Amino acid sequence: MSQATTTAITEAPDEVTVKNTLGFWIYLMTDCVLFATLFATYAVLRNNTFGGPAGHELFSLPFVLTETLLLLTSSFSCGLAIVGAQYNNRKLVLAGLFITLLLGMAFLGMELSEFSHLVNEGNSWRRSGFLSSFFTLVGTHGLHITAGLLWIIVTMVQIGRRGLTVATRRRLTLLSLFWHFLDIVWIFIFTIVYLLGSV
Amino acid sequence: MGHFDNNKPRHNVKHGTLVSYITGFVLSVALTVSAYLSVVHHIAAGWAIIGIIFALAITQLVIQLLFFLHLGNESKPRLNLVVFLFMLLVIGIVAGGSLWIMHNLNYHMSPADMNNYMMHQSSAGGM
Repeated sequence: MSQATTTAITEAPDEVTVKNTLGFWIYLMTDCVLFATLFATYAVLRNNTFGGPAGHELFSLPFVLTETLLLLTSSFSCGLAIVGAQYNNRKLVLAGLFITLLLGMAFLGMELSEFSHLVNEGNSWRRSGFLSSFFTLVGTHGLHITAGLLWIIVTMVQIGRRGLTVATRRRLTLLSLFWHFLDIVWIFIFTIVYLLGSV
Repeated sequence: MGHFDNNKPRHNVKHGTLVSYITGFVLSVALTVSAYLSVVHHIAAGWAIIGIIFALAITQLVIQLLFFLHLGNESKPRLNLVVFLFMLLVIGIVAGGSLWIMHNLNYHMSPADMNNYMMHQSSAGGM
């Protein structure tokens, strides 16, 4: 048994884990469809500024690049937590999750400050069709990030109290899928909303 | 739980090792930064730059699917891949179709056309 702490877990995952992962994956794919419809709405409405400001007048690209790199790094640290679970290293798992939590909170803070900045300057979702679709798309992603942060906290508490059991490993795997998925959605928000808006 | 055969299923460990995460992370950062720089430095204009940043985003999607979500080394019935491809089909129909229809509507009913049409209608009604 002491061997297990130094070598990676090489067991094939149990049947419940396989089923749960597939079910969660199907949920993620339906979430993709949700985001795709919001992207389509944004693409249709993005020129309907109703005399208000367009994207390139509102967005600061260095700010958004920082957000993107924060989220990307948090996706990587989430991967570190998975590696820690494979090597049965609870400290590495908790450290990876903690870094992910901090980076995710920094990302969410930046997003909220961007939103409040826009609203304070009178460019809220009520200003134009473009801004309505912008806030819906980016806000939906932000809500997912918020849910993910809560999930990270719950998982950290569970792993801290119960250790790396079959059940906590399973939840960690699903959490990592969710977090990587949110990073992928953000790549497209970065490209379609911010980069394309500034071209 | 007690009997690990350390020689046999090593290839299972591939399921998300450190090397895979580091590779995915470095490639993703490189792609993000190059997309950012190509927009900031205006390396192209019009459809060319749009094509470039979309190509970079889709490359990053594939890289993260392979290195972060491990879609490549799934075991045989590959259900995750099947569901993923079906999702792409649904997105093609729903999102692609919506864009197509709305673009077509815009083309046939641009604001100027709409005004002409409404004026025509009201003058016809007045007669």
